[in-house]
Amino acid sequence: MMLNQFLMLAAVLFCIGVYGVLARKNAVLVLMSIELMLNAVNINLIAFGAFRDNVIGQVFSLFVIAIAAAEVGIGLAIVLLIFRNRANIDLDQADLMKG
Amino acid sequence: MVAENIAFYLMAAAMVGAAVRLVTTKNVVRAALFLAIVLGATAGMFILLAAEFVAWVQVLVYIGAVVVLLLFGVMLTRAPIGKESALDNDNRWTAAVVSVFLLGALATMLSDAFGSQEISFGRIQRTADVSDAIFGTYVIPFEVASVLLLAALVGAVALARRD
Repeated sequence: MMLNQFLMLAAVLFCIGVYGVLARKNAVLVLMSIELMLNAVNINLIAFGAFRDNVIGQVFSLFVIAIAAAEVGIGLAIVLLIFRNRANIDLDQADLMKG
Repeated sequence: MVAENIAFYLMAAAMVGAAVRLVTTKNVVRAALFLAIVLGATAGMFILLAAEFVAWVQVLVYIGAVVVLLLFGVMLTRAPIGKESALDNDNRWTAAVVSVFLLGALATMLSDAFGSQEISFGRIQRTADVSDAIFGTYVIPFEVASVLLLAALVGAVALARRD
């Protein structure tokens, strides 16, 4: 198998994730798109690990998986807090920091 | 080699299709199910790349925990379960242009840099090698990651509890 087919697939998934983060208004859907982007990065890491014939790619993707789990836990807690304070999770309306 | 390529293109088509539906669907619960499809096919990709341990970690952590957590988030924030038109903001076309340009840039760069490199699968990487690397060379990042998980746990409880 070519290295590039995995890298191209990861690039496509990453760009779809970027679209989701930019175009979605619902905070939970934005978190899902971020998971998509992290997943694309994991495919890249594993593909380069197989290409370079060592385990470092697998080790780093395990770290990325652990950090993504922590990130989604904290992210959902924050989304829950926004929901409790404002009764919706539209990110367009969470604009307290706008000047 | 041919069978591997067939498996790759089947899973890649499923992943890209599910990912596109994930960012365009009007139903939040369906978006979580499309995410599960993408994550499961990613585990298949890891098996194609001879990384079985990471593949099963992916199934356990992502499909078993993260998707369930996201569904809990959908439930607790009382997101509309049925069809809903107000999930997207007004930047849809800008976002599409940005992501298409990013894809073009990445694809050009990747085909320039790694045009015809093959993955050869020389030495077989066993799970024991992965654990040797984690608990040997990378033991300090491993410990830092475990402290980070503890901090995230405490932080999530502290943020989400009601008082």
